[in-house]
Amino acid sequence: MFGTAIIIFREVLEAALIVGLVLAATRGVAGRLRWVSVGIGSGISGAVLLALVADKINSLGGGMGQELMNATILSFAVVMLSWHLLWMRKHATEISAKMKRVGAAVSNGDREPVILAIIVGLAILREGSEAVIFLYGIAAAGTNPAELFFGAALGVLAGIAAGTVLYLGIARIPVGRLFQVSGWLILLLTAGMASQAVSYMVQADVFPALGYAVWDTSWLLSQNSIPGHVLHILIGYVDHPMGIQLLVYALTIGLLGSAVFLLNQQQSRQQQNRAAA
Amino acid sequence: MKKNIFTALILLLLSPLAMAATPHYKLVISNHRFEPTEITIPANTRVKLEVINQDNTPEEFESPSLHREKIIGGLQTGFVNIGPLSPGVYEFVGEFHEDTAKGRIIVK
Repeated sequence: MFGTAIIIFREVLEAALIVGLVLAATRGVAGRLRWVSVGIGSGISGAVLLALVADKINSLGGGMGQELMNATILSFAVVMLSWHLLWMRKHATEISAKMKRVGAAVSNGDREPVILAIIVGLAILREGSEAVIFLYGIAAAGTNPAELFFGAALGVLAGIAAGTVLYLGIARIPVGRLFQVSGWLILLLTAGMASQAVSYMVQADVFPALGYAVWDTSWLLSQNSIPGHVLHILIGYVDHPMGIQLLVYALTIGLLGSAVFLLNQQQSRQQQNRAAA
Repeated sequence: MKKNIFTALILLLLSPLAMAATPHYKLVISNHRFEPTEITIPANTRVKLEVINQDNTPEEFESPSLHREKIIGGLQTGFVNIGPLSPGVYEFVGEFHEDTAKGRIIVK
């Protein structure tokens, strides 16, 4: 039972941490809970469907269908997270001002809540389908159903607990600094996902690795340990990164970071103009 | 310009032939164990691992040192591209049955 729980926990952890982070980063956005629920629901249904056709997908793309699928889902998530980051940057001042004043959510007819649902759905889709494949496998192997159920439930609950801890941790940050801190966290999450996506492209032989271990810090913090795994999910920590992973990581931070910087400058210029007028 | 695109297309179409030239190695999963548990491959060479899962349960071929993770369905065969690698020992496991499914690739 514990073996099952641990494997399910590992798969659920990634999705749960991403949901926790996104939820914490969007406090004050109207309708986010409804949209996040839609994301969770469609993520789980999608994961079951994806698990059912996994063998078929795998045979596509010269046997590299699974790698290409994972790379596509991750790249799509990177695009959505970037959009989300820039949107929050644009509206952060307005949202935190309103939250301070009335503690109420900001409502505007933007597409942002839909983006939230997609980010959450994608996170659950990828890891969830692996969990479903694993559970189906041990069920087919004739494992006692009660043991299966409790193992899986324990793993899922532990994963959700970890996501909740992250959410509560970020929620303690005062409103004034919340968007700055969560913005940095989302930036690192996005860069980590981009480097994970490119890792699948290397596996599919689309990109060269540019070195399989540019350095090795597994003696300091192994990626297989729980803290190492959590850091891998949140900031893309890899104990022996490939050259191309470092390149993509730096490129993502550079590009997204400068976009945020430009938006900030534009906003402060507008505020100055308003003050002058 | 047009000629370049044409050449690129031809190369793309021929690439399966180039892939056929890469050395193949077979790795069988049976009773949640790998067979053989050690595979020796040449250094700085691209190889293809043909993972044949004879169990009727899925397995995930996973190796942090090789930067590879791939699910192989029950009674399915999957391919894992490996290399070009520098000499050394690279371990891998079957993530779904980590107690028994262990193996390593030795690059010489």
